[in-house]
Amino acid sequence: MAIDLNFGPEHEAFRREVRDFLSREWREGRDAAEFRETAVAAGYLYRAVPRRFGGSEQAPDSIKASIIAEEFARARAPHEIKGVGVQMLVPTLLERGEEWQKEKFVRKTLLGEYKWAQGYSEPGSGSDLASLRTRGELVGDKWVINGQKVWTSYAHEADFLFALVRTEPEASKHAGISYLLLDARQPGVTIRPLRQITGGQDFNEVFFDNAETPADWIVGQRGEGWSVSKSLLKHERNMLGGIDRSEAMFDSLVKLAQRATIDGQPAIKAGWVRDRLAALKAELEMQRHSGHIQISRALSGGDAGLLQMMGKLVQSNYAAAIAETATQIIEDEALVSPVGNRRPGNERWVMQYMNSLAAAIAGGTSNIQRNIIAERGYGLPRDGE
Amino acid sequence: MKFDLDEQQIAFQQGVADYLAAECPVSRALEPHDHGKPDFALWRGLMQLGIGGIVVPEEHGGLGLGLLDLAVVMEPIGRHAAPGPFLDHALGTLALTVAGTDAQKAEWLPALATGEKRATVALAEGKGEWFADQWTMEAKPTLTGEKHHVLHAEGTDAIIVGLAGGRLALVRGDAPGLSVTPTLSTDAGRQLCTVAFADTPCEPLEGAAGARLVDAGLVLLAADAFGGASRAVDMSVAYAKEREQFGRPIGAFQGLKHQLADMAVTIEPAVGLYWFAAHVWDTDPAAAPLQAALAKSLITENYARATRRMTEAHGGIGYTWEYGAHVWLKRALFDQAYIGMPRALRARVADLSGW
Repeated sequence: MAIDLNFGPEHEAFRREVRDFLSREWREGRDAAEFRETAVAAGYLYRAVPRRFGGSEQAPDSIKASIIAEEFARARAPHEIKGVGVQMLVPTLLERGEEWQKEKFVRKTLLGEYKWAQGYSEPGSGSDLASLRTRGELVGDKWVINGQKVWTSYAHEADFLFALVRTEPEASKHAGISYLLLDARQPGVTIRPLRQITGGQDFNEVFFDNAETPADWIVGQRGEGWSVSKSLLKHERNMLGGIDRSEAMFDSLVKLAQRATIDGQPAIKAGWVRDRLAALKAELEMQRHSGHIQISRALSGGDAGLLQMMGKLVQSNYAAAIAETATQIIEDEALVSPVGNRRPGNERWVMQYMNSLAAAIAGGTSNIQRNIIAERGYGLPRDGE
Repeated sequence: MKFDLDEQQIAFQQGVADYLAAECPVSRALEPHDHGKPDFALWRGLMQLGIGGIVVPEEHGGLGLGLLDLAVVMEPIGRHAAPGPFLDHALGTLALTVAGTDAQKAEWLPALATGEKRATVALAEGKGEWFADQWTMEAKPTLTGEKHHVLHAEGTDAIIVGLAGGRLALVRGDAPGLSVTPTLSTDAGRQLCTVAFADTPCEPLEGAAGARLVDAGLVLLAADAFGGASRAVDMSVAYAKEREQFGRPIGAFQGLKHQLADMAVTIEPAVGLYWFAAHVWDTDPAAAPLQAALAKSLITENYARATRRMTEAHGGIGYTWEYGAHVWLKRALFDQAYIGMPRALRARVADLSGW
C-alpha cells in the first residue's frame, strides 16, 4: 500500500504509553523542572542527548518524537525548554565540543539553569554572515573580544553567549572565524534592548569592549567556527512541528470568520472569505502531505531534501497569507492597537500581522530561503562569489 | 506509516515517462496545435503498455488497481503535455468499472482495457455546469439535448453521459440521433466537441455514480497538472542555466532565481495533494469530494501561474510558437477550467467544510 497514515501497532502502543505517563505524572501546577526530570527519565525529552549529560539517550525515531510532541501539547504538559541553548548550542557541543565543555554546560542548559543567546549577526553582516568583523585576540590565557552583535534575541536574559568571532584576520573570509563561548554578564559586555515593531523587546544590540573569555572556551579549533556553526547533530526532527503551527493559525482564522461580521452577516458567509479560506485550507493540506512525505522518506532511508528546503518559505508565506485575510476580515478593528487597550478583541490579529513578518526574517530571511532553494535545490549558479 | 509511491507505481510511472520521453518531444506535442487534428497514436502506444487496464477488474482483462495507480501515470502524461484521449478514455473506462452492469462490463471493459475500443464522458451542460448535482438531462428513455466540452467524441465507441440525479448512461458512438461537432480548443492536444442527442437511445449504468466520476476527473486533472507544472519548473531552471547575458548564466541573477524559487514552492510540495485525493477516492468515498476539490483547485491554479512565469522567464524565445512553452501554457489553462475553475471548486470546499 502506497499510503497508510497509521503509525503501525508499535507506534500506537507507544502513544498509549505516553498518554498513560502523562495522565499519571502531569497535572496543572506541578513544578515544571521536576516534571521534566521525570519525563527525561521516562525517555521522552532530550532524546538525542546522552544520559550522562542529562538527556534520555534514545534511538532516533521521528515518529516517536512527533507522537511525544502531539501528546505533550494535548495535555498542555511542559515539553523541552525552548531557545537557542537547547536547540543550537547543545547539539553543537555534543557534536564538536570538548568533554569538559559538555559536562559543564549541557545538563544545566537542558534544565534551564543556563540561558544562552546567539552572537552571530552584526550591523554589517546579516545574510552575508561570514563577513563578520567582531575581533577576538588571544592575550595570555584569555580571548579579548571587541566589536558588536545585533538582533541578539534574549541576550538581556542570557547567562552566556555563543558567538562567531574573527580570530584569524589574515585568513580568508570563512577560515578566519572561531566559535567562542563567553559570559554574558561581565563588564566588557553591554546589552542594549531593541524595541520591535510589536512594541515588545526580545532582541538586543550587544557591544563587546575588551570582553574576556578563557582560552579554552572555544568550540572546535581556531578558524573552524564557520563549520562548527553549521554542524548539525543527526538528531531527530519533529517534521510536523511547522504543520501544527500552520493548522493552529488556520483554525483560529476560521473561528474569526465565524465570529466576525461583514455587512451584518457572519464573515464566513461572504463569498470572498469562503474563497480565501478554501485556498488556505488547500495550502494547509499541501503542507501536511509534504510533511508526511518527508517522514515517510526518513523512515525508509530516502531523501526529501527539496521539500525540506522549502519548508520555511512555505510556512512564512502561509503566515503572511493568514495575516492578510485576517486583517481584511476584522476591517475597522485593524485600526485599534493590539497592545495597551482594555478590550481584547479581534485587534489581536494585528499582532499576528506583525509576528508573521518575524517568521519571514528570523533564521534566514525569505530571500535567503529563495537563494537556498534555487542554488542548493535546483543547482543554479551561486550569487556574488 | 507510509506516504509515498510503492515500487509498482514507480515502475508504471517510469514506463510511461520513458515511452513519452522517446515518442513525445516538444515537436510532437506541437503537432495538433499546427494542424488542428487530434493525435491518437501516442495513446495507442500507451495502451499497448497496458495503462488502459489499470482500473479494470482482472476478470475483464485488467489489473484491478485503483485511482491512485491511474493518477500516478497521468503525471508523466501531463509532464509531456502529451496530446491524446488519455483523460476521457480513462474516465469512460472508470465509469463502466464502478457502475457498469455485468453485461456492460463484459461487453466493454476488455476492449477498453486494450484500447481496441475508445470511450469518453459527457458532463457539462450549460456554462460551468460540470457537477452531478447540476445535470438535468434525463433518459425518457431516450436522450434529447446537448452536452458541451466532450473530449474526442468524434469516432468514439462509447459516450458515458451524466444525467439528472447523478445517474450515468452509455450512448454508442453509432447511435441514431447522435451528432458530434468539434470545436477548435485552446489546448489543441485535447479535442473538444459539442455532442447533441435527438431521441438517442441510451443504456443506463447502475446507481448514481456521476459524482464519483466527477471527483475522479478532478483527481486525474490534478495529477496531469502536477506533472506539467513540475516540467515548467524544470524547463525554466534548465533555460536559466544555459542562457547567458552580461557574461553569466541568467540563473545567477537573484531576480530570476527568486522567481523560480517562488514558482517551485507552489508546486513541488503539492504532489501529496493529488496522491491523497486519489487514495481517499479509493478508500473513503465520503471524503473524496473535498480532497479532490482541494487538490484540483490548488494544483491547476499554480500550474497556470507557473506556465505564465515559465514563458516570461524564457524571454522572447518563450513567446515563439516553435519553442513550445505555449503547449504547457494552454494545457494548464485546460486543466484549470475543465470540470470547474478553482474558484468554483473552492466554493464547493467551503460548502463541504460546513462553513
